Amino acid sequence: MRSDTGRAKAGWGLTAAAWFGVLFLNVPILFIILYCFTTDDRSYSFPPPGLTTRWFGVALARDDLWAALGLSLRVAFISMLIALVLGTLAAAAMFRFRFFGKETVTLLILLPIALPGIVTGMSLRAAFDLANLPFSFWTLVLGHATFCIVVVYNNVIARLRRSSPALVEASMDLGANSFQTFRHVILPNLATALLAGGMLAFALSFDEIIVTTFTAGNQNTLPIFILKELSRPHNRPVTNVAAVMVMVITFGPILLAYYLTRDTQDTAGSGK
Amino acid sequence: MSSASASAAPPSLLHRLSTVLYVRPKLLLILLLVPPLLWLGVIYLGSLFSLLVQSFFSVDDFTGKVVYSPTLATYAGLFNETSLGVIRRTASTAAVVTLICAAIAFPLAYYMARYAGPRAKAVFYVAVMLPLWSNYLVRVYAWKLILAKEGALTWVLAHLGLEAPLDWVLTTPNIGGASLGTSMIGTTVVFVYIWLPYMVLPIQAALERVPRSLIEASSDLGAHPRETFRRVILPLSIPGVAAGSIFTFSLTLGDYIIPNLVGSSRPFLGQLVYQYQGTASNLPLAAAFAVVPIVIMAIYLSAAKRLGAFDAL
Repeated sequence: MRSDTGRAKAGWGLTAAAWFGVLFLNVPILFIILYCFTTDDRSYSFPPPGLTTRWFGVALARDDLWAALGLSLRVAFISMLIALVLGTLAAAAMFRFRFFGKETVTLLILLPIALPGIVTGMSLRAAFDLANLPFSFWTLVLGHATFCIVVVYNNVIARLRRSSPALVEASMDLGANSFQTFRHVILPNLATALLAGGMLAFALSFDEIIVTTFTAGNQNTLPIFILKELSRPHNRPVTNVAAVMVMVITFGPILLAYYLTRDTQDTAGSGK
Repeated sequence: MSSASASAAPPSLLHRLSTVLYVRPKLLLILLLVPPLLWLGVIYLGSLFSLLVQSFFSVDDFTGKVVYSPTLATYAGLFNETSLGVIRRTASTAAVVTLICAAIAFPLAYYMARYAGPRAKAVFYVAVMLPLWSNYLVRVYAWKLILAKEGALTWVLAHLGLEAPLDWVLTTPNIGGASLGTSMIGTTVVFVYIWLPYMVLPIQAALERVPRSLIEASSDLGAHPRETFRRVILPLSIPGVAAGSIFTFSLTLGDYIIPNLVGSSRPFLGQLVYQYQGTASNLPLAAAFAVVPIVIMAIYLSAAKRLGAFDAL
């Protein structure tokens, strides 16, 4: 007999399992932060033999770190813009219309993330070779925008499905044309979903390594910088400092994306 | 028409365009759909097609240059015992990783969806998302720190007096190694860790969608909570599990960085692709190896589709 006032209590087994999952996901990140401060720069000895803050200075003085950060930010920004436009158009089309081959189009949109990154990367690499296209900033963007489209698409179509068609009908009944309805009804309704999708696309691009290694040539994005740094025997904690930088940069957008989309379960105007 | 527009100003261009689009929805559909389809069709499908084309080329043994004429010789390189072994090992690791991810993710997602209050849910959500959006490489690197011979896990196990079981596990053939960081166990743990959020989120979303009224109805009809779980909640969460498994399986199948940084020297599929296109400069063979995960994923996706995974993405 469960009353519907108040929340049911979870059993201790379930609670323990849930907390195990959360700890498993997050405790390793603490090690990254801890090893920023270790005095041991050649091995991974635990506990660290001593603590120091000198690695922050060493890392921040590295010009190649700043260059890699700049490239990553630019690629992520452009990829995000392309993904925003294409993802929103695709979501609008898929939400409003039924047409022949719709399932195939859904599959095509999902494919870049459903197939392993190595397939996307290797395919682009094979295409650049056939097309005699040298590696450049734009080869990076081509790859990143392709797998970012689906993130925006998912956010926008989820919002469209949750918003009430009655609002659009009301707007049209009151004499607004399609563009006015889009501008004053649909867009405000989508705004936070667009922002959230854009943020997630940005973070996805900023973090990507597998497709990137196939489309970068000898350019260094921040993840490639870290990968190369990992195989250097000295100054290992520099990698940790770079890592903490990435975490700080991507944490803001994620939190924002979360706060923007968390209330959409009951969108204004929806019946249920 | 004339009587309506006589009193008002003539309709603006935008208004007329709006009417055209309203009357001809097909035109609107085409305008909306063409740009994304063009991008995905030309760039993505075009690339996949190039991959296929490349895999039917070959490399001249003497000059080391790619011969741009169709042949099946490159594919013959896939069907030897070594290559098949690599494919088998990669696919079975992906399957094991998916199962472990589901086992860890389900209780977490279930707790989030059904028991956590609004504030706790926000904390859990961030706790799942934070690692997902933290730099992938660095999280792999964190496990390199933890699993190293001189690292934290060995230290903890030693202080718990568990060195003997650890040594025993490490001497097990196939999954053991010199340390956890250079063993198949290490590789599997890191795969599970890295892809776990991809499993938690779709399961949680699927569980959130289970209407409360269904659960109440089940309990009103006399079902024990356990029976409600087994016969109402679990079946409705299957699409979420299937959706999550697409990610965990596919991502494990194609990853070459994790087994490179943490694991034994026996290669995974992705590592072969990367080596052949890079240092070995055998683009056709790399392409042929990259076709393998496509075939495996095609089979996998058609199975997942039947379980309703695409509606849960």
